[in-house]
Amino acid sequence: MNITRRGFVKASAASAAATAAGITLPATASNIITRTGSTELKWDKAPCRFCGTGCSINVATKNGKVVATHGDIKSPVNRGLNCVKGYFLSKIMYGEDRLTQPLLRMKDGKYDKNGDFAPISWDAAFDIMAEKYKAALNTKGAGSIGMFGSGQWTVMEGYAAVKLMKAGFRTNHLEPNARHCMASAVGGFMRTFGIDEPMGCYDDFEAADAFVLWGSNMAEMHPILWTRLTDRRLSNPDVDVAVLSTYQHRSFDLADLPIIFEPQSDLAILNYIANYIIEKDKVNWEFVNKHTNFRRGVTDIGYGLRDEHPAQKAAKNAGNAKGSTPMTFAEFKEFVSEYTAEKTAEISGVGEAQLEKLAKLYADPNKKVMSLWTMGMNQHTRGVWANNLIYNIHLLTGKISTPGNSPFSLTGQPSACGTAREVGTFSHRLPADMVVANPKHRAYAEKIWKLPEGTVPPKPGYHAVLHNRKLKDGDLNVYWVQCNNNMQAAANINEEGFPGYRNPDNFIIVSDVYPTVTAQAGDLILPTAMWVEKEGAYGNAERRTQSWYQQVKAPGEAKSDMWQMVEFSKRFKINEVWPADLIAKQPELAEKTLYEVLFKNGNVDAYGLNEVPDDRLNDEAREFGFYIQKGLFEEYAAFGRDHGHDLAPYDRYHQERGLRWPVVDGVETKWRYREGSDPYVKAGKGFEFYGKPDGKAIIFALPYEAAPEVPDKEYDLWLSTGRVLEHWHSGSMTQRVPELHKAVPDALIYMHPQDAKKRGLRRGDEVKLTSRRGHINIRVETRGRNKPPQGLVFVPWFDAARLINKVTLDATDPISKQTDFKKCAVKVEKV
Amino acid sequence: MKQKTFIGFTLTMAIAFFSTVMTQVNADPINPILKAEIDEEVTAPEIAKPIKNDIKQARNYPMQPPLVPHNIRGYEINLNVNKCMACHNRTRTEESQAPMISVTHYMDRDGNFLAEISPRRYFCNQCHVPQTDAKPVVKNEFVDMEKMVIKAEKEEE
Repeated sequence: MNITRRGFVKASAASAAATAAGITLPATASNIITRTGSTELKWDKAPCRFCGTGCSINVATKNGKVVATHGDIKSPVNRGLNCVKGYFLSKIMYGEDRLTQPLLRMKDGKYDKNGDFAPISWDAAFDIMAEKYKAALNTKGAGSIGMFGSGQWTVMEGYAAVKLMKAGFRTNHLEPNARHCMASAVGGFMRTFGIDEPMGCYDDFEAADAFVLWGSNMAEMHPILWTRLTDRRLSNPDVDVAVLSTYQHRSFDLADLPIIFEPQSDLAILNYIANYIIEKDKVNWEFVNKHTNFRRGVTDIGYGLRDEHPAQKAAKNAGNAKGSTPMTFAEFKEFVSEYTAEKTAEISGVGEAQLEKLAKLYADPNKKVMSLWTMGMNQHTRGVWANNLIYNIHLLTGKISTPGNSPFSLTGQPSACGTAREVGTFSHRLPADMVVANPKHRAYAEKIWKLPEGTVPPKPGYHAVLHNRKLKDGDLNVYWVQCNNNMQAAANINEEGFPGYRNPDNFIIVSDVYPTVTAQAGDLILPTAMWVEKEGAYGNAERRTQSWYQQVKAPGEAKSDMWQMVEFSKRFKINEVWPADLIAKQPELAEKTLYEVLFKNGNVDAYGLNEVPDDRLNDEAREFGFYIQKGLFEEYAAFGRDHGHDLAPYDRYHQERGLRWPVVDGVETKWRYREGSDPYVKAGKGFEFYGKPDGKAIIFALPYEAAPEVPDKEYDLWLSTGRVLEHWHSGSMTQRVPELHKAVPDALIYMHPQDAKKRGLRRGDEVKLTSRRGHINIRVETRGRNKPPQGLVFVPWFDAARLINKVTLDATDPISKQTDFKKCAVKVEKV
Repeated sequence: MKQKTFIGFTLTMAIAFFSTVMTQVNADPINPILKAEIDEEVTAPEIAKPIKNDIKQARNYPMQPPLVPHNIRGYEINLNVNKCMACHNRTRTEESQAPMISVTHYMDRDGNFLAEISPRRYFCNQCHVPQTDAKPVVKNEFVDMEKMVIKAEKEEE
């Protein structure tokens, strides 16, 4: 309690009220308006625009504007709660600098890569785009065209992109920004279980006896899931919370067992736990014998750097990163036996007593454990391994697929699961976990799409990090970025991203809501509708698909990403895009447009405007003349129905606060792979990991290996990057909300007071933060919410004015191709 | 809707010079936060100062969590203590004259009232944030619903 402060308030209240701008009472204050006709608000639902939690939001509109939002009390995810970002959703669309017309770099009335941005019509924008696409197709072919999308695309937008790129232009160089975020999680799921996404669900929060956070600051990044975890822990004092990270953050406030480990040493700790479980005879033999196999993974697999990088050259097995061979339990036991408490403590810097407490949580057969992780594990040059190793522990103990026993990979973006993963907007994927390299999967897609055999190219395209490298090298020349800010988000701006976009051979199109850093690096900017300015669907981290209606009109000429893709497809005839031998298989397509072949194919246009409710806007459906969102969704859903990815009929999602797939006979699935809970598990099996042909999940032997760049004498600190509660990703929406901006206006470098002192620095000093790739200027914070140990600094990446990715290293996990944004070596000097 | 373009957006950074990245560029710095070319060096502004004047700010809509109008430096909210509740809990507000936490904060997940704050509302700073003296980088054109209501009444007259 602060008596001094209260005294001050009492004394100054009168004058304060008078002087505070905007707080003076309006003349109408005494005449409260109560007439329904004036005060009524129109309420509707939508999933939140921000993280992968997938909270449901009630949205109030009036006079064509969003005027209020709050947490949806009917939603099982958030039950009426929002985080601070969610509570300010009402304001994210109203930044003064919304883009409202296409802008092209021009000089003397013509496109010029070095010109200034000038407004043009949509028609002119599509003209120059078509010219560039056709030139690329005619000279180098479809392989010189790429697209970079998003886990913030709606399901329908991602699906339209897959069709346009993989079947239309016939290039697989399509990637989502989810590659930076969830690719290692996908890799882990596919390798261990053969099917993507968590087996459990959020109901596990209310059932678990222990929670272990592996490289996740849920208190800030998944605040509403954190409320569920907090609720469980504080309501039940016997519940344990272990928080593991390379620096102390807000989630440590709830930690019974706080653990700070040396970067990369999570691999050793995970193997130590497996060793402990075996040593203490805590293996669940019945489960292990029936439901698992053991395999030894290939090691020394490199770091996803350019081939000429020394760390890449030194790797023995960079060409066979995914390889593995069968092994026995005895061999596995021997493999993990080297991870003793003593050795693990030495590698990780964590005390042996703490390590044992952690291992006991998993080993105790009476404790239901939920493991949770996000970017600490996924943005990791051994991210797939880390995911595999955590499944090892849950499989050895049989703590999986039952309420409260849940290895749970949290998702960063609102539809990283729904759009990026389930729709398959990755360079190697097709919908419902299918892949372009599999001829059966391609044939399946071609059949649904009514296209000739051989339409979808078999070779996986360039992955996200390779996009920037190939732009720089001049192999990708026409590049469309939608719904993300990859110039700010991708690692190594100076050496890869920026030279790639500004390569004179390249034409870069950026669809966005605001003039982001990426838009600034582009050549053509397309003004884009967002969130409730369009109809859409998102899929959250617990397999929950949620839809929403358009609720307000987009400003000016702004159009949704989906409209942009579909409308642009009208500019191409099949015979301008496909080779003669392919057209010969279905010659009636030759003179048709990509629009007619991809989107007026009898599937996508199967539902009429009569199905769009009269009181709903849906500008896109009314413009195309059919219920395009439903058509895209239903055609997409055909991929997953009857093999593990069943979605409900589209209309049902408008009635529900989401449903968790597989939705079989109208019923959602909470826990997969367990008999009685998952309709795909055959009677008598108990558990069945049906993603694998023999129904068994894999326990992998994978070692600790060092990070590619570790601190040395000159670059003497680890750098970890990440987010803050108040801002979403690169800040392009949240920095335009004054309350959020004023809460956290600038990115700061969080460092240990001793590390500051050693360098002659005090809180607030401006420093130059330098790596081998670049530097930024930034202010020192020594007492903020993040408290790094000595030897590590943390910088959030939301701030367009502090481009921390000039400093980061574009090393990736060689299996998942996901960048490690958590580890590189830097130095800090006073400016 | 007002049409806006970004032609001729002028560079306002006081200290800015070109770094040595070997790429040609002469783009408009259209990003209002960066306010510079992507390969330019920009200086870091001083750390913004917390606003601690205790003046309540009007909410944008009734469901908006109120902003924190005082300094919270050193406030602990953890397994053992919740500093905020020392003033804002129901039983403490007479002495502190601080606003009581909303009644919704006593409800559990299923809407039942509890004797004390619901654990799901325990970490106050997930929704309630203090402000600094930083200036907004971009104006926000959000319209308060009360203005619309007044407008509707006038049109009715």
